[in-house]
Amino acid sequence: MGNKIVNYGVPSFIIVVWMGINIFLFVWYYLFYDRGDNFFYTRHLLGSALAWARAPAAVLNFNCMLILLPVCRNLLSLIRGSLMCCSRTMRRQMDRNLTFHKLVAYMIALMTAIHMVAHLLNVEWYNNSRQGVYDELSTTLSDLADMENTTYLNPIRTTNLQIPLYFAFTSIAGLTGIIITLALILMITSSMEVIRRSYFEVFWYTHHLFVIFFAGLTWMWVLGPMIIYAAERLLRLIRYVQNVQYRKVKCDNLVNLRCIVMRPSKVLELQLVKKGFKMEVGQYIFLNCPAISQLEWHPFTMTSAPEEDFFSVHIRSAGDWTDKLIEIMQKLPEGAQGPKMGVDGPFGTASEDVFDYEVSMLVGAGIGVTPFASILKSIWYRFKDNDPKLRTRKIYFYWLCRETHAFEWFADLLQLLEKEMEQRGLWDFLTYKLFLTGWDQSHADHVMVHFDEDTDVVTGLKQKTHYGRPSWDKEFEQVRRDNPASVVGMFLCGPAALANVLEKKCGKYSDVDPRRTKFYFNKENF
Amino acid sequence: MGKIEWAMWANEQALASGLILLAGGIVGVAGQFRGWEFAAYAVAAGVFVCLLEYPRSKRAKGTSVERSGQYCFTVCVKAFGPLTRNYYVRAFLHAAICVPGGFMLATVLGCVCLGIASLIYLAAAIRGEHWEPILPRKDVRKPVAESIKNPPQNPPPRPPPETRRKQAKDLEGAAYDNPSSVTDD
Repeated sequence: MGNKIVNYGVPSFIIVVWMGINIFLFVWYYLFYDRGDNFFYTRHLLGSALAWARAPAAVLNFNCMLILLPVCRNLLSLIRGSLMCCSRTMRRQMDRNLTFHKLVAYMIALMTAIHMVAHLLNVEWYNNSRQGVYDELSTTLSDLADMENTTYLNPIRTTNLQIPLYFAFTSIAGLTGIIITLALILMITSSMEVIRRSYFEVFWYTHHLFVIFFAGLTWMWVLGPMIIYAAERLLRLIRYVQNVQYRKVKCDNLVNLRCIVMRPSKVLELQLVKKGFKMEVGQYIFLNCPAISQLEWHPFTMTSAPEEDFFSVHIRSAGDWTDKLIEIMQKLPEGAQGPKMGVDGPFGTASEDVFDYEVSMLVGAGIGVTPFASILKSIWYRFKDNDPKLRTRKIYFYWLCRETHAFEWFADLLQLLEKEMEQRGLWDFLTYKLFLTGWDQSHADHVMVHFDEDTDVVTGLKQKTHYGRPSWDKEFEQVRRDNPASVVGMFLCGPAALANVLEKKCGKYSDVDPRRTKFYFNKENF
Repeated sequence: MGKIEWAMWANEQALASGLILLAGGIVGVAGQFRGWEFAAYAVAAGVFVCLLEYPRSKRAKGTSVERSGQYCFTVCVKAFGPLTRNYYVRAFLHAAICVPGGFMLATVLGCVCLGIASLIYLAAAIRGEHWEPILPRKDVRKPVAESIKNPPQNPPPRPPPETRRKQAKDLEGAAYDNPSSVTDD
């Protein structure tokens, strides 16, 4: 139980507060409309459907106000920055912004459904009252019109052949309601995980229907967040027009035939320079290349360290946009500048916190190693400068990969670090383990033949490659044994399944007792 | 956006429309609304659309993710052959189904959503997509080669005992040239 508090305490608290506000709003407005004397006659016409329509409307207003905020990345970075003085637990909550956004979206969908059903009943009963279907009081109330000393009660004014459908489409409230609900439904269907993962553009462009959705809402509630979000997009536009230069372009079209276990995988490294650009470790940027697409911005984690005078990204072939980019770069003559690039960012994520923990466990799966490339490079620089702000005294690095080929560009970095550490006699600082999860018989044969060699046959590093998946229990045991009474930060950039496993292990091996080891779990979001 | 299979989004949209039609229809019937006959129709139409759209199609490229328990639906839908395989048929079917929903407020939203789904299916059909059932794969194991059953009877040839002793003391003299290359160039 104590372990759960360590890892889930603050987010659970936030959810409880949010649900509490929702429930309060719902009940408050329900009672307001159900008991209030000024609605007595309306209730005669509509019954409790009035309250059932108004209460979700209040909850909707509240949630629509909230929903834009978790996706204002610059705002979140700002909050993160200002929370530097506060505990790292608070800052970690900024990582769960997308989870919160989805939660609020579900609530909006639910409230919209209730609101819609209640209004269907309302319009039907208003219409019937107007047509004189019900008792005399209803008909009389409906007859009240906008005159000197009366105002109308029933919004349906004409008595000529009227059906609810006609009223809905001829009144502003009805028409806007239908249009924005339609926008909401389209947004929801295109946000399903299947669509998002496979065709992000459909999701992204359709999601901009939120503008229509917000246009139909009570403006007072949503004006603030809309302005903030508009500022975010404006900031992106400003950054887009700022000049970005290329420092060096290197394309590794890896079709290496020296070793039978290698498989080709295209990785492009871009090194860019931009005036006034300042980054921290593990941050990401959005890139836009007008030559490929005017409107698309794609996120990439930076692989350079803040101490360098440029910033770099490693781009892997993973879809239309990246394929086209690699194609353009390959066709470039030697030493030429690449196509114009817009750069938005940097935006901060969990990796910024890695130096705050005394001990860090970094797990990168496949291409997920990129944020850690930045971290390891930064370590190397800080080591050289003997930076006193470095709180970390031990790092465990685990790289899981199916194909050995992705090792190439990263192996150089690890080799440098190895040499550096050897020179300073500081073997203890960084322990890294590489796991080749997609091995087969030819791998095993190859390794057997080169067993006696000093360096690893696959990476050329002194540290030997492990085969198969790591046994996390063993790893956690070892870390716990080596670091009693420490706070250990676990950082993962990889698939959700692995995140679940590691999160559970963190919970299992943590102890609330300050004399024992505590594991905190942080997950990257891609 | 070249690699999009529009049918995937059309499928999500159509399933959602089916549910909305169903919900609107239930409200219309339960509340005994004016024009409740349309609502009753919407209930039936909503159920039909949901059943038709529940099984996901197999993707032309990439891994397909099934909806839970969709296998029996897949079998039923597959049984209709070209009627369910072809997206033109689906597009026109949905367009036809959605029309009666447009006559009543409770079902009009379902009608419009289904209409949009029909348009997306039309786009998918024009691009040449079609519905493929996701069926469990039967793994074919590679047959074991015959040679594994007949291990060699004799040990590999070794040089005579004198040469072997010499190898231990004199590595240079023991070296010999291989007739064929042993590296993997």
